[in-house]
Amino acid sequence: MSCWDIIADYGLRSLGIGERLLPRDNFTLCHHFTLIGSGLLWNIYFGTLALISGFFLAVAVALGKASRNIVLRKLAGWFVLVFRGSPLFIQFFFAYFLFLSLKGVHPVFSPFTSAWLGALVVLFLNTAAYSAEIFYGALRSIPRGDLEAADAYGMSGWPRFRRITYPTMLRLAWPAYTNEAIFLFHATTLVFFSGFPAWQQKGDSLYYASYLADKTFNPFIPYPVLAGYFILLTLVIIAIFGAINTRLNRHLPRPMRPRLRFRPNLIR
Amino acid sequence: MRKLLLSAAALAVAATASAADTVRLGTEGAYPPWNFINDAGDIDGFEKDLGDELCRRAELECTWVTNDWDSIIPNLVSGNYDAIIAGMSITDERDQVIDFTQNYTPPDPSAYLALSDGVDLEGGVIAAQASTIQAGYVADSGATLVEFATPEETIAAVRNGEADAVLADKSYLAPLAEEDPDLMFVGPDVPLGGGVGMGIRESDPELRETFNAAIQSMKDDGSLNELIRKWEVSSTF
Amino acid sequence: MLFGLKWLSCYLTTGKHMAFYGSFGTVLLLLAITAPTALLFGFGGAMLARVRFLPASLLGKTYIALVRGVPDIAFFLFFVIALDQALEWLMHKAKCPEWDEPIRQGSDFIVCQAAKVPPGSAPQWLHETYGFALAVITFAIVFGAFAANVLFGAMRAVPHDQLETAAAYGMTQRQTFWRVLVPQMWIYALPGLSNLWMVLIKATPLLFLLGVEDIVYWARDLGGAKTPRFTDYPHGDWRMWYFLALLVFYLVFTRISEIVLDRLMRRLSVGQAISGGDAKRRAGA
Repeated sequence: MSCWDIIADYGLRSLGIGERLLPRDNFTLCHHFTLIGSGLLWNIYFGTLALISGFFLAVAVALGKASRNIVLRKLAGWFVLVFRGSPLFIQFFFAYFLFLSLKGVHPVFSPFTSAWLGALVVLFLNTAAYSAEIFYGALRSIPRGDLEAADAYGMSGWPRFRRITYPTMLRLAWPAYTNEAIFLFHATTLVFFSGFPAWQQKGDSLYYASYLADKTFNPFIPYPVLAGYFILLTLVIIAIFGAINTRLNRHLPRPMRPRLRFRPNLIR
Repeated sequence: MRKLLLSAAALAVAATASAADTVRLGTEGAYPPWNFINDAGDIDGFEKDLGDELCRRAELECTWVTNDWDSIIPNLVSGNYDAIIAGMSITDERDQVIDFTQNYTPPDPSAYLALSDGVDLEGGVIAAQASTIQAGYVADSGATLVEFATPEETIAAVRNGEADAVLADKSYLAPLAEEDPDLMFVGPDVPLGGGVGMGIRESDPELRETFNAAIQSMKDDGSLNELIRKWEVSSTF
Repeated sequence: MLFGLKWLSCYLTTGKHMAFYGSFGTVLLLLAITAPTALLFGFGGAMLARVRFLPASLLGKTYIALVRGVPDIAFFLFFVIALDQALEWLMHKAKCPEWDEPIRQGSDFIVCQAAKVPPGSAPQWLHETYGFALAVITFAIVFGAFAANVLFGAMRAVPHDQLETAAAYGMTQRQTFWRVLVPQMWIYALPGLSNLWMVLIKATPLLFLLGVEDIVYWARDLGGAKTPRFTDYPHGDWRMWYFLALLVFYLVFTRISEIVLDRLMRRLSVGQAISGGDAKRRAGA
């Protein structure tokens, strides 16, 4: 069986396309790369959707935290504390049980017990909380001069936010936000590991890595393969976010543009 | 270690050395009545009684270790304990990597447990513990397999409607079916595996023979059947 | 009602629950040991990355980048076994040089009896301590990479004039490093390190992957539905409540840490040439 056959059979296995039964014996390196790579699709799915949807909530929460309204401020503060203050691992566990109980109340909640929606909701809220804290920090470090200049031009309310506050906040927050994105993708490996079950053996890259480790009784190949994939994924994220960073700072004179460095100090 | 005992030089002292050895027994601790943690926080169950008795007969000093089911074989082969005694069915797949003693329970059927009679066992959603023979069987059968890390969670999945039925050792399901009027066995029993045995490293034939002899002596004097009846784990020999 | 209370008080004081409460201590102990160890690893990594000698600095930077580019859970899943085998292999080479059989026989990993860590005849507590120590080292290596990153940044954040002044006073490189750079970098490193501490707290539930019976292990076991045959306290599926308790534990612990670290930061900022806010921004950049 050539490697191409294996890729044709198992390349989209994580989505339920291709060979139904997972390989049982005669594992080759190609099996490892194909299956784990196939699972990586789920990691990308969870990471991308959670990041995009979480971005909007994060901006809203950051504004809430910086608002003058005490109710909004408290609400946003509690949201951030709950999701940043507890391990994602436990959040997954807890969310799964919670959704199961809700399912008993109303059938509307039944898709939430599946990973594709339930875990996505948890990741969405989690990344929103972490990003909100980053954006909140950026909001507070917007140079006062920028806002005063906006006042001088007679800008206020929505136009001031859209033209001045928001772009500056984004620009300042971007390096830290890049780190958050990287760790969000890393965190997606926890989805099938805690709480949410895998259906029809459709799982993420870690699910297949542990399947292979279990079948070959050898953890020393699948996990390093998984690690290799994630290093590649991390490089791709850095490239994409770097390009956006360049665009965000395109108005600045060249030496003043902050260089994006991979210096994450945020994980969960 | 026991490799050393095989070599000629060490053979002379082998008898005394092995008697004083500590053998570490690995179990899961989450599979009543086979093995579980009791209220006092200690390992309990059929295999605890069995293991202690086997060690007494083989004049070994044994200590117990619990380990996650997922990594129970890798940790055996890398030497973190010397034997697995965790309701592990003897299968060809596993036999390629580790050795088994003779079985200490006869090959016993697995069974489906569900909330209602009309469950579609071939096309429905069937829960099983990940990396068990039952999980492999469900994947082959054409049903939708949904896997959980612990046996506990597979039952919970049936109770809350995540899965239509669960496939597991009948002896594990029987007490649950007895106590919960909602749960019932459906469909025919499924014969799987070659009975339950202790897993031993392939490089450790001496220990395997020691336990084989001890198991045989328990089979011969009927004490094994007694234990099986006491814990209701399977049919008797 | 009264019966329920009595039942609950008996239930919550079973030996199993005591083990559960004890495992909170395990988690705290792990944190107490891992934090300084990781800091040590981090310091070593940062020093290595700073060295002018290219292979050394490359090694340091690779360590930092590699560990952080990979999800920590992937590390935990195979690292402990790898570490255990590496240790026994080293012991084996040192203690049994006359051994002529292969160490890997099929999938078995076999070393001579003297090289077993800990020795096969050791009491159970030693095995447990060993397992715990492996967990600490694994945590320390992973979080050491993060600490290295923070410290590396902090070392660079110390104003360059300080180092130039030291050089002008005739200090050697070594003296400059230990007497000027290291004492001054902590204020820049503290925000990053306190962040890391928070992260470390939140990584402790992964402890059960390393084979340590931690709070997640016990919460899962205790919360699961119990039938009357095997326990005096049968109950339904209570896992949600146990995990809620864990959630509250972590929230409270994080909140307390936050308050303490805030105070520490304020205290450390006193008398420094820079404002606390300044330091935060620089080290966090």
